[in-house]
Amino acid sequence: MYSAPMTEPSDLLTTAEMAKFAALGYLVFESVVPAAINQAALEMFAQTGGADHERAKPRSGTPLDELYPDPSPVGAMLRLPRVQGILTSLLGPDPVFDHDWVHLREGGDLVDQLLHQDCIVDATLAFDVQMFWFPHDVAPGEGGTGLVPGSHLRIVNEADIGRYQNLRGQRDVSGPAGTVAVFHQGLWHRGRAHHGSNRRWMYKLRLNPTVPQVRRWNLDDFEDVHNGPEDHSFATFSNESAAAMFRRPAPWHEHGAGRLETVNRAKLWRYLTGDDDFDADWYLSRTERRARIDRSLG
Amino acid sequence: MTNRQQVLILYLATSALDSPVVGWSHYDGASDAPTPPVEDRPKPPYPTGLHALRDGWRLIQMSPLMPPAPGAERQVGYLKHEFVFERLVDVD
Repeated sequence: MYSAPMTEPSDLLTTAEMAKFAALGYLVFESVVPAAINQAALEMFAQTGGADHERAKPRSGTPLDELYPDPSPVGAMLRLPRVQGILTSLLGPDPVFDHDWVHLREGGDLVDQLLHQDCIVDATLAFDVQMFWFPHDVAPGEGGTGLVPGSHLRIVNEADIGRYQNLRGQRDVSGPAGTVAVFHQGLWHRGRAHHGSNRRWMYKLRLNPTVPQVRRWNLDDFEDVHNGPEDHSFATFSNESAAAMFRRPAPWHEHGAGRLETVNRAKLWRYLTGDDDFDADWYLSRTERRARIDRSLG
Repeated sequence: MTNRQQVLILYLATSALDSPVVGWSHYDGASDAPTPPVEDRPKPPYPTGLHALRDGWRLIQMSPLMPPAPGAERQVGYLKHEFVFERLVDVD
């Protein structure tokens, strides 16, 4: 039987969290899933182990609300109000199933996966969300997914970035049982070495939006975070605004590309907020003004 | 006695060889061991590309400076400032 989730405004993401997602391409939430659901999932995952293709799966395109009817530990996780709130904030209503997979990494497996992006040169503003659920404690060094903050807007093709072994600022997901991470589809990531002795399980789900992902989160702090186009670090600016997050380069961003990252984050924020005048550090404002002059010349 | 090639790839913050290292990779033709594992929060092997030269690495390639593709001027993609170094080491 299907249990409809009851999502409260507090289950949704805040504007500050959404701006952080736009800047870095991911968010991590610790202990979102309760112990009973985690334990049930571990027992279910163990039935098929690393052969996840043997597990019964939904069809691609299935609405999120119809995935894994009760009783199902995956369905129970997806119907948690907090999980629903996170997914609704990022994807809007009625996202659909793309695919999922149970990832198993044995203790002592020290081979790092090549860095990659789950894309085929994707260039749309609309984005998929990949959710990573860790149903048991994952200590640092025990195979938590590796990620590169601020890489989600790079237009590359899948494992063509495999040559990049180390980038300043890279990190691994770790945390207590029930930790959930959400990635923009473009975020560079990889399976990581597991220096522990236990079996590391992770459930990964990809969802596609079906509507524009505009202002679907809790907007109580919107006016505190969203800024006007004049927020410009060489003129007047705020240290608390969305622009402040977007102008802060990741440690691995090259100096010149860092400015382009600011521009591309600002474009993503325009999409998410529906504010076509939004800007960070005046880059879009000045260039769009000049373009209008060019066009006026005929 | 024969020798083998070690390759160090540094990704720098600008096109200048003496600008900071933002990324790096290492391949060792003298070792049968797997590629060195990725570190969680690693520290660059050198502060800049110039420091690698001073430590004996030979620069064999650097990325050309290419104009952006028309229509994709603000697109970001692969790391632009890649410097490839080699070192020959003796093996038995």
